[in-house]
Amino acid sequence: MAGLLASVLSFIDWSWIGANGAMIRGDLLQHLELSGIAIAGGLALSFPLAVLAWWHRGTRTVVLAATGLLYTIPSIALFVLIQPLTGYFSLLTAEVALVGYTLLILVRNLLTGFDQVSDEVQEAARALGYTPFEQLLRVYFPLALPSLFAGLRVATVTVIGLVTITAFVGWGGLGLLIVYGFGNNFFTTPIWVGLVLSIALAASGDAAFVLLERVVVRWSRVRV
Amino acid sequence: MHFFVAVWHWYTTASNWEGQGGIPERALAQLELSGLVVVAASVLGIGFGYLLGHSGHGGFLAVNAANAARAVPSLALLTLLVSWPLISLKGGGFYASFFALLALAIPPVLTNAYIGMREVDVDLLEAATSLGMSSWQRFFRVEAPLAAPLALAGLRTASVEVVATSTLAAYVSYNDLGGFIFTGLNTNNPVESFCGALLVALLAGLTDVVLNVTSRRLAPVGAPRPPSDPARTGLAGALRREVVRARRGQSNALT
Repeated sequence: MAGLLASVLSFIDWSWIGANGAMIRGDLLQHLELSGIAIAGGLALSFPLAVLAWWHRGTRTVVLAATGLLYTIPSIALFVLIQPLTGYFSLLTAEVALVGYTLLILVRNLLTGFDQVSDEVQEAARALGYTPFEQLLRVYFPLALPSLFAGLRVATVTVIGLVTITAFVGWGGLGLLIVYGFGNNFFTTPIWVGLVLSIALAASGDAAFVLLERVVVRWSRVRV
Repeated sequence: MHFFVAVWHWYTTASNWEGQGGIPERALAQLELSGLVVVAASVLGIGFGYLLGHSGHGGFLAVNAANAARAVPSLALLTLLVSWPLISLKGGGFYASFFALLALAIPPVLTNAYIGMREVDVDLLEAATSLGMSSWQRFFRVEAPLAAPLALAGLRTASVEVVATSTLAAYVSYNDLGGFIFTGLNTNNPVESFCGALLVALLAGLTDVVLNVTSRRLAPVGAPRPPSDPARTGLAGALRREVVRARRGQSNALT
């Protein structure tokens, strides 16, 4: 094990990393920014979509089919397909596609959360005289939070992995390091840096939502 | 409108359909690569998932494999494999692509196969033991068939992912449909990359639909089957129905 580690470490050109700290930091920040916008955008869009699908049962199939279709399209293809509409090398191209991938995960998990509200709770909410909107805000949404957080964790890890592909449409974050290394006669150091930082970012994002859930959904740890 | 006229011309240009670089050849190359990966992933993923599930060892690893794999960018894996002199661009990028895709495909299959095994009812396993079945008989005649629907579901997820991601193989010079995208991007030809992307999206979509339909045919979970089917009768059948019922009641949320 130590031998394997040593052989991997000897492949890495540490002086290159030292000399290119600014570039690595810049790519890492761009990666963080692209993922952050995508998650925020996905969250903002998935909520109205899930509510629509929940209130109007007829739209449920349409919403799930549409987001499912989007999810099936390979990422590199989706970026290229929307380019004529969203602009070549534009931030919008990168973000529209990334947000698209979060939608299936977030909408499905929100709907699952809504579905899990028991009949007794639904009746109680009606008996208390809550309007449908109040029911949604004060009963369904809080009870769907654990499911939403599960979705947010998956969406975050997925998006952070996908951002590397935006390197082909002018962005890329840590993907730029991968493409740079590959393009420079298979220089592996930048690729390793991109790989390790990308995994670290995904793990941190995942952990951040676990902690946030503990703060926001305090009642889930209370056993009655 | 000009752009879509150019797209139409690209699709109706005969040379784009002929020979080594033609659409049919490249589509076949992509399906060939993906198919081989899926076969290898099903052997390794279901094999190890079943063995771990049967023995009860390595549960943490098996359950979290699928989620952890999501964090690994396939592009980094692919380029690292090509940079490795042992693999480099052998087979025109085939081997590097094969192993990168295999690493992507195994975890979801393994996780699903493992969970399928662990969800087999303990009562049924006890019944099997009391009928005098050995550990291996139990494995092959009780656990494996009952875990199959979930294992196959994992294989389906992995297959769609593999076909989608095999597009990236073109980045390391494997001659599949993704080649149109990268050639278009590199030569500043948005029409070619757009046309290629549409083909890739179509292939991925078709794969998804075909696998959905066939898996419903092959393992019609909960659908009525002829009573002669051993899986639907007797003890195993009763338990299978319970598992199906439990799974239907369960959320299909991604966790």
